[in-house]
Amino acid sequence: MIDDLITASVLASGIRLATPYLYAAIGETFGQRSGVLNLGVEGVMLMGAFTSLWAVYEITPAGATSYYGPALLAGVLVALLVGLVMGLATAVINVTLQAQQGISGIGIYLFGLGMSDLLFQKVFRGEVITVNGFPKVNIPVLSDLPVLGEIFFRQNLLVYLAFALVPVTWFVLNKTTLGLNIRAVGQNPEAADAMGISVTRVRYFTVTLGGMLASLAGASLSISLVNVFQQNMTAGQGFIAVALVYFGAWRARGVMFGALLFSLVNALQLQVRTKGIDVPDEYASMAPYLLTIIALIFASRRIDQPAALTKPFERGE
Amino acid sequence: MQLNLPRSFHLGRTLDAFLPLFAVLLALFIGGFMILLMDANPLDAYRALWEGAFGTKNAVADTLVKATPLLLVGIGICISFRGGVVNIGGEGQMIAGGLAAVAIGLQYKESDPTTVIIACLVGSFVAGALWGGIAGVLKAYFNVNEILSTIMLNQIATFGMMYLVRSEFIDPRQKNAAAPIPETERLPRSLDLPRIGGTLDDLYDFLGLSAADANQWATTLLHNGIVIAFVLAIVVYVLLWRTTVGYRIRAVGKNPRASRYAGIKVEQYTVLSLMLSGGFAGLAGGIQLLGVRHRMNAEGGAIAFTGNAGFNGIVAALFGGLHPLGTIPASILFGALLVGGNKLQRSVQVPSALITALIGLVIVFVVASDIFVRHRSRRRVAVAVSEASAEAAEVRASP
Repeated sequence: MIDDLITASVLASGIRLATPYLYAAIGETFGQRSGVLNLGVEGVMLMGAFTSLWAVYEITPAGATSYYGPALLAGVLVALLVGLVMGLATAVINVTLQAQQGISGIGIYLFGLGMSDLLFQKVFRGEVITVNGFPKVNIPVLSDLPVLGEIFFRQNLLVYLAFALVPVTWFVLNKTTLGLNIRAVGQNPEAADAMGISVTRVRYFTVTLGGMLASLAGASLSISLVNVFQQNMTAGQGFIAVALVYFGAWRARGVMFGALLFSLVNALQLQVRTKGIDVPDEYASMAPYLLTIIALIFASRRIDQPAALTKPFERGE
Repeated sequence: MQLNLPRSFHLGRTLDAFLPLFAVLLALFIGGFMILLMDANPLDAYRALWEGAFGTKNAVADTLVKATPLLLVGIGICISFRGGVVNIGGEGQMIAGGLAAVAIGLQYKESDPTTVIIACLVGSFVAGALWGGIAGVLKAYFNVNEILSTIMLNQIATFGMMYLVRSEFIDPRQKNAAAPIPETERLPRSLDLPRIGGTLDDLYDFLGLSAADANQWATTLLHNGIVIAFVLAIVVYVLLWRTTVGYRIRAVGKNPRASRYAGIKVEQYTVLSLMLSGGFAGLAGGIQLLGVRHRMNAEGGAIAFTGNAGFNGIVAALFGGLHPLGTIPASILFGALLVGGNKLQRSVQVPSALITALIGLVIVFVVASDIFVRHRSRRRVAVAVSEASAEAAEVRASP
């Protein structure tokens, strides 16, 4: 039974399914490291998912049977643009207007949930449209490796890019001045301010970047993993991404392991369903959430949480 | 010490009270553009919204029925927010309450209906309180962020419900069907929450209003859940502002450290806030079950049962200034938006998803406008303090 469950193709799909978690959670890591909790990720993901699919649908020539490069590029750019706008709005709300972050995020989520559905009804009349999404790109030589080749090196570009972001994030946060500023602002905004760092500017940057990555996370669902859009298609993945940042103790590597944990469980679930193995589906669905709670218990004993997380900064007079 | 506050104080207060209304108007204004985008006339759309929510007695009844879970979740939110905890777990707590109510109802369907209805409602409160209490214990004793734990608990409750309804709780008639519908048996009609339309008609008769209007409240679906919710809103007001427990809950929310020095067991009050908050959400689930749904169904997940009330209740509470009595009109307003949204879809073909987006905007505007209130009140205090110290200086200067 175990042989049936854990096959190379299941592991490969586990890697693939980690993509949306990775983009969203890495974006959220930047925000949280600078002291801003953005709970609206789910809403931004939905907007990114819809708008990128729409762009791909409009630009792909009618009757095309395979992918169309410019359309995919446009899809990604549109998602980034939508993420930029929603990220900037989030920054205005949370940084400038100092809104309570746990609540404003719910507002952004509901807005994205409603707006993406509204556009979906308007543009496609609620019909599920399939587009030609990102194709697999076999990496020369490596993709021919037995087992490992199939698992790691026959994925599409958005998957590779998501994993490439992990070391990049580590580098930016730990080895650059920008990263130092981000961490300073999240740890002790007053001191950072006294050192001449603009707390507001740093937080605008991280929150906007977070919005763009969340939107890209949505696009990675709609134009790379499943190639359709459906109402509320993210089904809680954005909220999980927020939890993954805690889970991974605000470090890119930890976030990646968390994302893989969730995505492997998702992949196993699909396998259980297709093989018709008699394990209640709901147990498998529930498991990652239980694991997250347990992980949060352990994470809370550590001291690496940014000290100023969720605390708005206001310069003293 | 008595502070002499300047006159502008009152004007500021009045403005603050109207801020949420501005937030709604702004959201509706932006919504107008979204309606234009959908090729409909905003004025027609809003007229349809109003008609759908308040146009007929049936519409008013639907609005009140929709407002009931919002109000119950909302008064729980007032408790938790005042106690310094953010309970995003209303959805899961409602499901826990709904499951408890259906389980008790099915178990004792032969017993005296009134007793069983009460048992169902109490059971749903307890179930919601326990589900919320998990997040409370995790926060108080394990330092786990309650926003995250309640979100996780929502998902766990949803999958747990789907599992139970598909297996243990499934309607025996569905069990052997070729394609079983994952739903429980319908509770006996004797356990439906009593409708209150008849009483309202009597009241109309008594006031001599019935002749003017041929429609009867008796034919509407209005059940007495709304009465329970109104009464409990008053109870929660009394609890929070007229009892020691309420005082302590608010003290812990305002300043946990000072509360600890004052001898309040902060951890216990954190757990209590989340349990009470969860309890009211659980009761919202119980009332939704006995008053509207009468059975649990696993299709459509959580939202099919809760109608997003676990989230929308937060909105109602925020809108009502985190005050249980303010939450009453706020929940009716949002109930009206939701019910009117369906009419919007039917008569001007604007998807009711518009309402979800508008509610999102309202939340954002309300929390974002909070800064103006804070700044003004800080200025007020600053002015008051400087005046008071000037007065004190005068007193000292005069021999």
